[in-house]
Amino acid sequence: MPAEPAVEIRDLRIALPPGGERAHAVDGVSFDLLAGEIVCVVGESGSGKSMCAHALMGLLPASVTTETGEIIFEGNNLLALDENGWRDLRGRRIAMVFQEPMTALNPLMRIGEQMMEMFEAHGLGSPAERREKALALAREVGLPDPAGIVRAYPHQLSGGQRQRAMIAMALALEPAVLVADEPTTALDVTTQAQILKLIRDLQRRRNMAVMFITHDFGVVADIADRVVVLRHGQVVEQGSAQEVLTAPRQAYTRALLAAVPSMTPPPRAPLADRGKAVDVIGLDKTYVTSGGWFRPDRTVRAANEVNFSIHKGETLGLVGESGSGKSSVARLVMRLIEADRGTVRIGDIDLTQLQGKSLRDQRRRIQMIFQDPFASLNPRRKVGQIISDGPIAHGADPKLARQRARDLLGLVGLDGGAIERYPHEFSGGQRQRIGIARALALDPEILVADEAVSALDVSVQAQVLDLLEDLKARLGLSMLFITHDLRVAAQICDRIAVMRRGSIVELQPTAALFAAPQHPYTSELLAAVPGQPKQLAVPA
Amino acid sequence: MKQFAKQMLRSPSGLVGLVILVVAIAVAVFGPLIFPNSPWRMVQRPFLPPFALSSVPLGTDALGRDVFAGIIFGARVSLLVGLVSTLAALAVGIPLGAVAGYFGGRTDDALMRFTEFFQTIPSFALAIVLVAILQPSIYSIVASIAIVSWPPVARLVRGEVLSLRSREYVQAAIVTGQTHGWIIWREILPNALSPVIVLASLMVATAILLESSLSFLGLGDPNLISWGYMVGAGRTVIRQAWWITVFPGLAILLSVLGLNLVGEGLNDALNPRLARDGR
Repeated sequence: MPAEPAVEIRDLRIALPPGGERAHAVDGVSFDLLAGEIVCVVGESGSGKSMCAHALMGLLPASVTTETGEIIFEGNNLLALDENGWRDLRGRRIAMVFQEPMTALNPLMRIGEQMMEMFEAHGLGSPAERREKALALAREVGLPDPAGIVRAYPHQLSGGQRQRAMIAMALALEPAVLVADEPTTALDVTTQAQILKLIRDLQRRRNMAVMFITHDFGVVADIADRVVVLRHGQVVEQGSAQEVLTAPRQAYTRALLAAVPSMTPPPRAPLADRGKAVDVIGLDKTYVTSGGWFRPDRTVRAANEVNFSIHKGETLGLVGESGSGKSSVARLVMRLIEADRGTVRIGDIDLTQLQGKSLRDQRRRIQMIFQDPFASLNPRRKVGQIISDGPIAHGADPKLARQRARDLLGLVGLDGGAIERYPHEFSGGQRQRIGIARALALDPEILVADEAVSALDVSVQAQVLDLLEDLKARLGLSMLFITHDLRVAAQICDRIAVMRRGSIVELQPTAALFAAPQHPYTSELLAAVPGQPKQLAVPA
Repeated sequence: MKQFAKQMLRSPSGLVGLVILVVAIAVAVFGPLIFPNSPWRMVQRPFLPPFALSSVPLGTDALGRDVFAGIIFGARVSLLVGLVSTLAALAVGIPLGAVAGYFGGRTDDALMRFTEFFQTIPSFALAIVLVAILQPSIYSIVASIAIVSWPPVARLVRGEVLSLRSREYVQAAIVTGQTHGWIIWREILPNALSPVIVLASLMVATAILLESSLSFLGLGDPNLISWGYMVGAGRTVIRQAWWITVFPGLAILLSVLGLNLVGEGLNDALNPRLARDGR
């Protein structure tokens, strides 16, 4: 290693408030950040990776206390700084890029003003100089039409542009250290690829030390020079990216890497000869937001002539970036929102024509698994009630429904005793299993899974995917699987439909789609999936 | 539940409010049993100052009636009116707001215009008119207070329901074929309740004030003594006999303060994220 470290973190130990799941959020963590190097701190949720980043910025919440350790930066221990010392350092020497650019930017200030604020806060430059600097920064981070964009408000920018603006602000005072806390997690894959490249380029050009927090090994493979793997607040393994990704020493790292779904779809038998479970014909949905008196109405086509069918026992993937309308299609199929035009046929009935009781009766044939395991279970009802409410509404005997809820919990790999407990007592993966049990309680023919594994850690994600695959085969279900993650789609789908701006641009069997995409947009999506040139999957 | 009680007791103001409230309720429930004398009976010479005779510790009013007995019996009326009228207002406001918020569209428009109709009329003026038309009695007072105080409940519940309606667990309930009534009752309302409970505790306080104001104007139930009536009756002689108005006035002040403190404590306990933290 050439230079001496820009930041040394030594034996950092941060205590959580008593009574929590564990005593320390960060437990004896030590690593260095070197100038001109990107260190990726990886870990699953709750591993303490964000806590490390916040400690480095002096942004720890009031409820935690730093017990031991030091963070040495330019000869000073940062943990001994007072608020004034921090204020002087933040932004100027150490800067941060946050996960969610929409909430990290002030919606009422123009982009340029927010950049200028960086100089203002440290009393640098005259207003004219600041304006010029802001413009130069906008140009440097590749914002289109810099002169126009510094006068724009955050809501007028796309997610990627907002993240570029955030990066520009972080770079404004030429900090020595950049802390990036999941900066691309909220972005689409194609945008993510651009932002990663931008961070890489800027870091090289300015010889910064970058601490990059992420949960995504694909991103790690693309950007990291060195990797620190965290688990339960402790460092499991650290080393060069090459070492950790291709020859991990620890079992945990190996397990994490093995859980990352491969981009190579497993072989699947064609199912075209089977009957159709669902037929979706010409689905149209347009959202109109009234623009008021002086502006034209804003219209968004969420679904535009969407046609597809799912064969019995088949999993059809619906992939696309945010705003492509894939979730709208799921909700249209479920009749959670009403279509402007079009038909959804399940077997011989037309779901779009039903009303009231007949609709409620037929709903049991098609059930949904939701994205957010924390929002999809009513916090004030017991798990048993959550699962048995549906069957009871359809006239099942409450006692039998309860017994069945117990069996279903067993089926999804949970203990039957869970029916007496409340959702908050379970982890994310367990909650998602409860959501699956709820969907299965009505013996559906079709499952609609809307980003059902997106909120889960990779290792849990792999388990839930296995469970879905297994249940589908055992119960003969058909599935509409909505995801933004092409790796996941490759593993679970028989055929994949690619959506863009409300339309399906391509629908092909999975293997064919990955091998030879027909539409240029599909190729673009495939190319943007992080972590590709270096193959990740390591034999466990 | 235990957690909740602990949270509630942690804020000193909530604790003080709770103590005041418990004392007030105890007085309302047991007071008349301990002091069986009617508060309307003349027990001593008029205008007897307080602390002069141990049998009438707070003195007597212009007709020689015991002020202390009046306060004890008045507690029952004030708290009862406050409680019952709030319950009645909740019984109107919660279903209306829930239906408006859940179904949205035209139903929402119609119900909210109806609510606004009540909100545009000054509530106290409406209460006076209603009591005057219906003849002053405990029932007409409770009814008129309920009629003027349900609109905020409806608006609050509507807002909560609006935000909860799009939650995934509500969508899951729709998808599993549950009826609208069941979804509102089982899935949405329990999660919308905490701000309503806080509002209700403050509404009881407002209702007590409203009842006192009506009684002060002589629109109280003529057969029941209440704190407002006592303040109103003593008002003409306030310069000679301050105690006739001051003691019932203090009773109103204390019980309203107690309720407000409890409401605040409830708010902190039920919405821990909104609670002011130490920094």
